[in-house]
Amino acid sequence: MHFLRKYQYWILYILFSLLIVFGAHQEWVDAYIQLVIMYIGINIILSSSLNIVNGYMGEFSCGHAGFIAVGAYVTSVLNVWLFASDRIFGPAILGEYWALILFPVTLLAGGLIASLVGLLVAIPSFNTRGDYLAIITLAVNYIVKSAIENMQVIGGARGFMGMRKVVNAMQDVWDIPWMMVFILIFTGLTVWIIWRFVSSTYGKGIIAIREDEVAAEIMSVNTRGMKMTAFMLSSGLAGIAGGLFAHVLGYINPGSFTIMKSTEVMVMVYLGGMGSLSGSVISAVLFTILLELLRPLQVFKWVVIPLMLILLMMFRPEGIMGNREISDFFPQKSKRN
Amino acid sequence: MSFLQINNLTQRFGGLTAVQDFSFDLPRGVLPGLIGPNGAGKTTIFNIVCGFYHPTMGEIRFENKPIVGKRPHKITSLGIARTFQNIRLWSEMSVLDNLCISQHGNLGYGLWDAILRTSKYSAKERDVHQNAMHLLEKLNLQDHAQKRPKNLPYGMQRRVEIARALASHPKLLLLDEPAAGMNSSEVEQLIDLIGWIRKEFDITIWLIEHDMRVVMNVCERIIVLDFGQIIADGPPDAIQNDLKVIKAYLGNIEE
Repeated sequence: MHFLRKYQYWILYILFSLLIVFGAHQEWVDAYIQLVIMYIGINIILSSSLNIVNGYMGEFSCGHAGFIAVGAYVTSVLNVWLFASDRIFGPAILGEYWALILFPVTLLAGGLIASLVGLLVAIPSFNTRGDYLAIITLAVNYIVKSAIENMQVIGGARGFMGMRKVVNAMQDVWDIPWMMVFILIFTGLTVWIIWRFVSSTYGKGIIAIREDEVAAEIMSVNTRGMKMTAFMLSSGLAGIAGGLFAHVLGYINPGSFTIMKSTEVMVMVYLGGMGSLSGSVISAVLFTILLELLRPLQVFKWVVIPLMLILLMMFRPEGIMGNREISDFFPQKSKRN
Repeated sequence: MSFLQINNLTQRFGGLTAVQDFSFDLPRGVLPGLIGPNGAGKTTIFNIVCGFYHPTMGEIRFENKPIVGKRPHKITSLGIARTFQNIRLWSEMSVLDNLCISQHGNLGYGLWDAILRTSKYSAKERDVHQNAMHLLEKLNLQDHAQKRPKNLPYGMQRRVEIARALASHPKLLLLDEPAAGMNSSEVEQLIDLIGWIRKEFDITIWLIEHDMRVVMNVCERIIVLDFGQIIADGPPDAIQNDLKVIKAYLGNIEE
């Protein structure tokens, strides 16, 4: 019983995931719904990772798409080079089994490189704040996009493809919806990691930076260290989401990672509530579903959604959850320390 | 071994000399007061000692270690904590969290411990919470542990800020105008509190204050600063009758 209670959320999440994967495998869930579920997972990673910086740390980063792009390209290039026969990179280097085993590793590699690019924002943030830092994040977004556009080896502005072959290679080994499996795993891990980070005294250092940076530095918080940690964690997770996104789509081009994409993620964060992890998860789910429901409206979608945002900001500026968590709404039986 | 030693400290901001040639030797256990008219450079000296400003010239040694040039959080870890003239609590966090986070420098665990919840994490986190709760109980704030500081009365916010400084296990506590904005009964309580903290925690306190009741009641030695320079230094009753001090506060008095 103790075991069950301790890991109740994990057990529920794993059961839920197994249900989805099994449903997808048996084709009870059609391909379109599967795709929407995968987008929801990716958007949860994106909004909750941006929430570390924009919500918990109180900075204004509007270049999240830059980090998504780095992760997407690094993971895709690695996978296509290693596991697929490609015009530029030649025949596959490793076999299908390796594709399956090394896919999470390439995702993590994408995340790692993205977190290093995150340093481009973290280091200026030591003595720049607010609007000025926002401009730097915007610049990093453009630097990444232009750099990719000018690298002809990986397709430049035309884009990069071949990831479908990697996914097919994985499915040749064992025919289950692998992308769904990996997205469910990494979504769960992301929420888990961020929750543990921001609920520890160590992670709460970034909330102290938001509340009063000078007081935080003078009262023993290593603000530079914490900013590096927060920016790298945030951009690293965005990179992982990028890798997953690239493999779901099978094709990426620099045009998918513009300021528009960054804005979309920001909308999810502010919709859910800054500094609320459950808010980010809820808003990612709602926003993705809303986008799909309004698809028949075509271009008018981009009139209706911003209008809804304006109304939300007018009548509930703190977002759906404010800075509370779902658990705050249930009376706690006993206090844990 | 001297406790806190400041030699020839000078701080210039552009053309303005905020502190000039300030030298001061603070032995352990003595409670000095730093007073002076507005803009005399008192808070600047505190800001230099806690590492927020880097002085133009001069040297500060704390327990014989030079601290000029160190980052503020490092200096706090060495054992210097402070409160602020205008209260600077982290107002959207609980009082308990405020006290926990001020121990951030001595946490002793990092990101991976926090994510994996290692045994080191549990042990350290328990220590931090116990220390915070213990302090809140001692300062009679335990009923407010889960409240946000901004919802507390002003005098109590001051107490929380002092508790937050104490949570970082300081050897030297710098209080920047702790009585500012307090009513007279709160000032009485503050005077008792300062005396009690000295005994209870065995730490050295250095005080900036305008309220003469506090200064005359708690300080054993008074340094008077005017235009960044020391104009008088001595026991309270000598300072009260010092002509230069009277002149600095009231202007020239003609016979």
